[in-house]
Amino acid sequence: MKKIKWLAPTIYILFLMLPIYWLLNMSFKTTTEIINTYSLWPQKFTFENYITIFTDSTWYTGYLNSIYYVVMNTVLSVAAALPAAYAFSRYKFLGDKHLFFWLLTNRMAPPAVFALPFFQFYSSINLFDTHVAVALSHCLFNIPLAVWILEGFISAVPKELDETAYVDGYSFWRFFIKIFIPTIVAGIGITMFFCFMFSWVELLLAKTLTAVAAKPIAATMTRTVSTSGYELGLLAAAGSLTIIPGAIVIYFVRNYIAKGFALGRV
Amino acid sequence: MNKTINQKAWLFVIPVFILVAFNAVVPLMTVVNYAFQETFGNNVFTWEGTRWFKQILRSERFHAALGRQFLFTGVILAIQIPLGIAIALTMPKKGIGVPVCLVLMSMPLLIPWNVVGAMWNIFALPEIGFLGHTLNDIGFDYNFTQQIGDAWFTTVLMDVWHWTSLVVLLSYAGLRSIQPAYYQAAEIDGASRWAVFRHIELPKMKKVLTIAILLRFMDSFMIYTEPFVLTGGGPGNATAFLSIDLVKMALGQFDLGPAAAMSLIYFFIVLLVCWVFYNLMMRNEAQE
Repeated sequence: MKKIKWLAPTIYILFLMLPIYWLLNMSFKTTTEIINTYSLWPQKFTFENYITIFTDSTWYTGYLNSIYYVVMNTVLSVAAALPAAYAFSRYKFLGDKHLFFWLLTNRMAPPAVFALPFFQFYSSINLFDTHVAVALSHCLFNIPLAVWILEGFISAVPKELDETAYVDGYSFWRFFIKIFIPTIVAGIGITMFFCFMFSWVELLLAKTLTAVAAKPIAATMTRTVSTSGYELGLLAAAGSLTIIPGAIVIYFVRNYIAKGFALGRV
Repeated sequence: MNKTINQKAWLFVIPVFILVAFNAVVPLMTVVNYAFQETFGNNVFTWEGTRWFKQILRSERFHAALGRQFLFTGVILAIQIPLGIAIALTMPKKGIGVPVCLVLMSMPLLIPWNVVGAMWNIFALPEIGFLGHTLNDIGFDYNFTQQIGDAWFTTVLMDVWHWTSLVVLLSYAGLRSIQPAYYQAAEIDGASRWAVFRHIELPKMKKVLTIAILLRFMDSFMIYTEPFVLTGGGPGNATAFLSIDLVKMALGQFDLGPAAAMSLIYFFIVLLVCWVFYNLMMRNEAQE
């Protein structure tokens, strides 16, 4: 029985790793080898694809652009969502339920619906092709999500904590920063993880709102198709590199994921 | 939790409200603007009333895309939710296995969507991809760029690969919140494995499962990038889901009026389903 229990997760993880391995495998091959020979590992192992990416500024600035707007968006979303989630969790106020649902509806808006109007809107306010534009536009779906997750974590903290602090003479903001935020730090970690994740993987809006200066790496990848045929080796190397930031983030929040998820709601 | 009535709480919500409204209101009004008018450029608009809506609602193309979309979302939910629960149930509960599982299983969630599409493309190509090559080796005539069934199979498999982990993580979170005492009590009562699942684990997972279903419904209904990169909506229109069809209409053919009307209908459908779901969820919460 014990052995069978290990079987299901192991098979599942193998299934998850297989396409990733295949991408890595191709990234160490030359494009000619990819097209001409089928092999489970590179026959002529080469770093050429990676060297191209790290020496060509049009490639590596793509990474910097992506990281720049993703971090900006994550900080902005969590900072704005924290007080709002607190308000939704602790207080009743006029229109609170409608507001909460309205926020969620924005998480439901298909980006394909908004792509063209976003382009026109951000062009008209002179933010087109800036990191700020992408960071702001990703707030559309990340803020509702952040409020939703944080509200769950905050509701799990008993209200007595707040009341005791006020009795002890804490002002609201001092309580909020000194006591409350450390209490829900696992929840904040999880929320940041989700914001990072959805901003990092989203491409339709990021691509629509940028041309050169703030172009994300994942959009740079489409270049390999248009310029010199289908540069599969380069494409695979660039794709493999996009996995790394995510992997680093997961590694740092791995304890929060286990602990934060254990808190219940999310 | 009993909440205090406090109108000043609005002050806490204002930053969120402004940031979201900034992004939501103007673009949405632009779409509404196009949906009721005809334009030939130069900012000249003529009023068209509900003509575009009638045209879209009657068009076979829209019916077909909507049908494909519901079929896809249905299949995705039917596979991912039970599979996710099953894997969460078999995951280790303590020790080194926990972070290993969590980290490895989260990997697909953090890969940019077009990379997911590209990765699956080179993974499934019959000549050079592992999946395509292996399937052809063992005797299947597999080619997802030409056969409708194969294209669907690959798209569904890709989405299962991409998103099942989200269901696993959420279900696992729900399971972790169950006190050991419940299991001990069940053991004393001699409850079967199924009874433990049905009466202890499933009710405890209800909340996170609702979130999982809601998120998976919304995201699979909006899916665009991955199938666009993988199949381009083809062969023919076989995997052209709503978003793909919409972008084709808006940017490919520049039919802005019908595309905007379709956007609004599309958004309305997502909203309606989520509203029903959200209310069910809230009613459940109120009962507890």
